[in-house]
Amino acid sequence: MVIDEQKMKSLSTKLVQDEVRGRSPWADARKRFIRNKGAMLGLIILVLVSIFAIIGGYFAVWSNEELDFSVMGQVAQMGQPSFANGHYFGTDNLGRDLFARVVQGTQISLMVGVVGAGIAVIVGTLYGATAGYVGGRTDQIMMRTVDILMSIPYMFVLILLLVMFGRSMSMLFLGIGLISWLDMSRIVRGQTLSLKNREFIEAARATGVPAWKIIIRHIVPNLLGVVAVYATLLVPLMILTESFISFLGLGVQEPLTSWGALISEGAGTMNYGTLWQLAFPLFFFVITLFGFFFVGDGLRDALDPKER
Amino acid sequence: MIAFILRRLAVAVPTLLLLIVFSFILMHMAPGGPFTAERALPPQVIANLEAQYGLNDPLWLQIWHYLYNIVVHFDFGPSFVYPDRSVNQLIAAGFPVTLTYGILSFVSAIVLGVSLGVVAAIWHNSWVDYIAVGISIGAQVLPNFVMAPLLVLVLTLWYRLLPGGGWSFSDPSFWIMPVIALATSYMASIARITRSSMLEVLGSNHIRTARAKGMPEYRVIIRHALKPAMLPVISYLGPVFVSMITGSVVIDMYFSTGGIGKAFVDSALNRDYAVMMGVTILVGALTILFNLIVDVLYAWIDPKIRY
Repeated sequence: MVIDEQKMKSLSTKLVQDEVRGRSPWADARKRFIRNKGAMLGLIILVLVSIFAIIGGYFAVWSNEELDFSVMGQVAQMGQPSFANGHYFGTDNLGRDLFARVVQGTQISLMVGVVGAGIAVIVGTLYGATAGYVGGRTDQIMMRTVDILMSIPYMFVLILLLVMFGRSMSMLFLGIGLISWLDMSRIVRGQTLSLKNREFIEAARATGVPAWKIIIRHIVPNLLGVVAVYATLLVPLMILTESFISFLGLGVQEPLTSWGALISEGAGTMNYGTLWQLAFPLFFFVITLFGFFFVGDGLRDALDPKER
Repeated sequence: MIAFILRRLAVAVPTLLLLIVFSFILMHMAPGGPFTAERALPPQVIANLEAQYGLNDPLWLQIWHYLYNIVVHFDFGPSFVYPDRSVNQLIAAGFPVTLTYGILSFVSAIVLGVSLGVVAAIWHNSWVDYIAVGISIGAQVLPNFVMAPLLVLVLTLWYRLLPGGGWSFSDPSFWIMPVIALATSYMASIARITRSSMLEVLGSNHIRTARAKGMPEYRVIIRHALKPAMLPVISYLGPVFVSMITGSVVIDMYFSTGGIGKAFVDSALNRDYAVMMGVTILVGALTILFNLIVDVLYAWIDPKIRY
């Protein structure tokens, strides 16, 4: 059998080069993520929804506070979605443009989700990393505190907070932030415990790096994968929490609105035949949650070393 | 085992006390009170009212009275807004309703979720699996406040099959929609957890052994796979329980079922702190008790857990 020596040589050099070049775990993860159809679909949905939230306002003919007097009182007949009068999504029962309201609701809901998850990432990571790294009695006390806080029915406490200190956006952020970091700190602590006996941490400690610097420089960067996955799964939970409270009428207040408040309004008026008031906010709510769940699952699969 | 339960109780009781003290201090700090009205009352009247409710005592004394009444008399005090009704009465009026549809939803979410997950795992990668996964993914984005209007829209407004709200202990047609609305998303999560843990268990060695010695498949699943596969589900039951109680607020508001959720939201809108705290503490106690039950159940099923 004649073997083409030239070709074999080129193959072998290619193999060697490939071996040398190697694949970084991040590149691997990215490849796995891109191959995951559900996750990519979720990502596309999220990008589209974000674009809608950011630039949707420029396409609105009506502002979110204007009342269209020509449809007022006969919303069921004249307020339906139409391009002719500029109400792309129709109007709500007061004659306000639903398109502008949905854009605004999307902005606020996404913001609450991202800020809530952001607080969870910062507080939870630092808290969990500190508890895990310091260990001993400090760890015991810190984690027992988390246990106690977790067994409190947080939704009730959150509503309690909102009612007692006024229903403002900052109070909502504070309240959601207060509860969101608990799970995160547990997960991060677990990861830190497995990291802290590794050689590079030992080396850092041996060279006299102070503890807080080890936590920030060496522990936290190595937790990023887990934190990223959990943060993506946390955003929809925060959105759900906020929508739940707004659905009850205890969350954001007029003229501000959010998906929960819009769904609540739509649900209240649907037996007058104005179904679009429920349909549009619900549509955005559902696809965004889908998007986040898919992306979160995809990230978890992509970053999970067991999957290789 | 008894030592284990006692040790857990030793944590649970302080937690509850902490919750009570925390919410009491919160209430004390809050600006505005139940007697702040749009038309200001004469200062003497307010002083009288505050004296009557003991709001002039030092904070620690108020907390002590409150705690004492709860622990010894199981008395949450009078409502601030409806002076003729006590918090106990308000809660007692709604609690049986919440309990009825709550337990029904809880049981149906577990039964349906577990069976869906088990079926999906047994016929892994078949159309049954795909349908089950599809249902559980779809239902995940349908929380109670989305399911409630959708159910009313379809079953009440379009097909006129079920009453759109209200409650009756004798007529189960009032129960159906609250139960479906409350159970759907948790059923989905339970199905997902069951499926993945069942798949893991079915791939383990003891199942292979059981199959190898010729045990019929249904007995392998019932006798050997189901119990270990239930562990992650059981540890998820605590959060489900809490979320169901929380969800009952939406159910009570949307379906006008008149459970404790309604008492809670009404009191939140009226600034009736006494009722809010009563409900929060009751829910907190239930949560802590239920987590204790879950822990005991977990320890009982999983022999690897040390007491």
